[in-house]
Amino acid sequence: MLATDRVTGTQVQLMMTCLCDTFFDSVAQATVEVLEHVGCTVEVPEAQTCCGQPAFNSGDWDSTRKVARHTCRTFDSSKPTILPSGSCSHMISHGYDLAFEKEDDLSTAQTFAKSSWELCDFLVNGLGIESWPGRFDAKISLHRSCHTRGTQTYQSAVKLLSSIEGVELIEFDESEQCCGFGGTFSVAYPNTSVSMGKLKIEKLTADKPDIVGAVDMACMMHLSGIANKQGRQFNKLHVSEILMKALRNAK
Amino acid sequence: MKTKQPIDAFARDLPPEIRESVYVGSKAKYDKRLDSLTQSFAAPDDIRKLAGQIKQHTLENLPEYLGSAIEKLEGNGAKVHYAKTGDDANQIILDIMRSVNATKLIKSKSMVSEEIHLNKFLEKNGCESIESDLGEFIVQLDDDMPSHIVTPIVHKNRKQIANTFEKAGLGDYNDDPQTITRRARSFLRNKYIEAEVGLTGGNFVSAETGRIALVTNEGNARFCISANKTHIALIGIEKVVPRDKDLAVLLNLLARSATGQQLTVYTQFINGPKSEAQPDGPENMHVIFLDNERSNILGSEFKEILRCIRCGACLNVCPIYRQSSGHAYRAVYPGPVGAVLSPLLAGKRYPEYADLPKASSLCGACNEVCPVDIPLPELLLRHRNKAKREGIKKASAGTPSMAGWSVLCSTPAMWKTSLRAGKAMDYISLNLIPVPAVQAWAKERSLPPFRGGKFRKWFKDRQKNK
Ligand code: SF4
Repeated sequence: MLATDRVTGTQVQLMMTCLCDTFFDSVAQATVEVLEHVGCTVEVPEAQTCCGQPAFNSGDWDSTRKVARHTCRTFDSSKPTILPSGSCSHMISHGYDLAFEKEDDLSTAQTFAKSSWELCDFLVNGLGIESWPGRFDAKISLHRSCHTRGTQTYQSAVKLLSSIEGVELIEFDESEQCCGFGGTFSVAYPNTSVSMGKLKIEKLTADKPDIVGAVDMACMMHLSGIANKQGRQFNKLHVSEILMKALRNAK
Repeated sequence: MKTKQPIDAFARDLPPEIRESVYVGSKAKYDKRLDSLTQSFAAPDDIRKLAGQIKQHTLENLPEYLGSAIEKLEGNGAKVHYAKTGDDANQIILDIMRSVNATKLIKSKSMVSEEIHLNKFLEKNGCESIESDLGEFIVQLDDDMPSHIVTPIVHKNRKQIANTFEKAGLGDYNDDPQTITRRARSFLRNKYIEAEVGLTGGNFVSAETGRIALVTNEGNARFCISANKTHIALIGIEKVVPRDKDLAVLLNLLARSATGQQLTVYTQFINGPKSEAQPDGPENMHVIFLDNERSNILGSEFKEILRCIRCGACLNVCPIYRQSSGHAYRAVYPGPVGAVLSPLLAGKRYPEYADLPKASSLCGACNEVCPVDIPLPELLLRHRNKAKREGIKKASAGTPSMAGWSVLCSTPAMWKTSLRAGKAMDYISLNLIPVPAVQAWAKERSLPPFRGGKFRKWFKDRQKNK
């Protein structure tokens, strides 16, 4: 999507995503704080639920549209909507095109898509922020999160994180490989999904990072769920949390 | 772990040494591909996109380009056939063999011939059909199936191959790769000379000149059409490209994407039977254009899959293929391309293969490496949607129903109630919740503590205090 086609500004809405609504409130908080730090006023529409991706990936596009229509109604497309998730924002910007392909309200979905942004993408490409203040002393391996392919999310996250004093982003093998979550894939293909996750953990932690970072909590929930069962937890943070910690250290 | 999906079960039960062979082979090809593309081109992605456009343009105008290719080939002296189905193609090949009193055929690597099960058909009809590509030859000796479209025996190690050779009477057990190759060579040399008909595939056909481009690494396609009088080229109708010039783009991408080579060791161009000026070569050339469901695919929401140039890059990068191997897909074309194509080629037997498109986390790595930029994840999604619309159970086995969930997610009051109720999850062992999806999750994964609604409350308090 061309930057010029997209809705930007500092009056923003947060779409926290269903995972942050249920499990990762700290990520939604950090996202609000990050946005406020850069001068945004953040609204959190009460009626929000989910982007519809679980149904979309399962092939149930009727259910997808039901949820997507609710989401399109809940948010005001004249203001940017920010998501702390590469995957959900990809769902809105690409998935809706497919799910609404033959529908009369395709353009409504597309209008909403133009106003939706993943957090890092918004900071860098929506607001033109090139570097991040503060300090955070940590070796971080940043998981790419597959749904950010073809979007600006990953590059933006790398740009911001590598500008923070003290952050060392480490390279690891097979960074292009998926963690194995894949939404309902994780329960329909439990064996393959877990094997992929174990491999990913091995690669992500090979160089003993202080933090495993992510631009999406779904991958993280899967990876840390496996690590937990194996009794080998690692420190995990969402990019918004890293940005926030850097800010706190500056004060 | 229990699973309702056959590919997941296959991956679970796959012997570790096969998984290792597949993983090592796939990773090596992926790495070489990346090196070779980035070393050669400043913007590999742009070339991929261009190649995709060339193939898409051809598909949009296929009748015209195919017509022109046929006209040129006929003008060059080749006899052109059209086969609607795999059975038709097999019959045409048998008829050609009978017309020249032939019973022995030697063939170079051709996925299309696998697709129509040519070897078995010819054997049944009293003819010999010998594979001359080393990998395919080993598959044939073992009565196995190729597990990869470019490297058919990526699932085998050399010990297994040495055993196969010993059993086939090609010498005592010896697992030295050079010895294996030499033995295959001396066996095959005689077969090239004995064969009366040589069969090849065709990687591309230029509509401008009828020129068929054929790539191999072993030079076996040349041998197949050197010592006999009849050449049959069996080619899918989607292999046509508009101009000779387009071959430059596509050949530059094919080998790099497949194996990381800049070009395959042998690249041949054939546009007809031997001319009078040539001292030798086949006097008769038959080109069979195979449809086998391709026209139907062309008219469907899956038509982009026909851009495929069979490089195998999407298999090599696919994490599910790496875990499960090609045989898991129960079809000639495995991996992401197979998950899209195989159910379609099955025609009326689509439901049997409707689970294949489930074999993906939709990570998109396949699209990222595809030299013709096929939107594979999108096509996989379309399949899932088609299976759902048509009520095919096999596709959705193991996937929780989304109907109730969608009501929950479009009714904010219900959503908020469930945020409160979800708290119960923290007090129950997940292993005791008799929901299959929860069981599948919880066997080897924990869930984080439930914190439903916590953020909403934090945010409200914060607004109040401002
Ligand atoms: S779909 Fe693309 S990557 Fe896969 S084999 Fe075909 S051309 Fe290669």
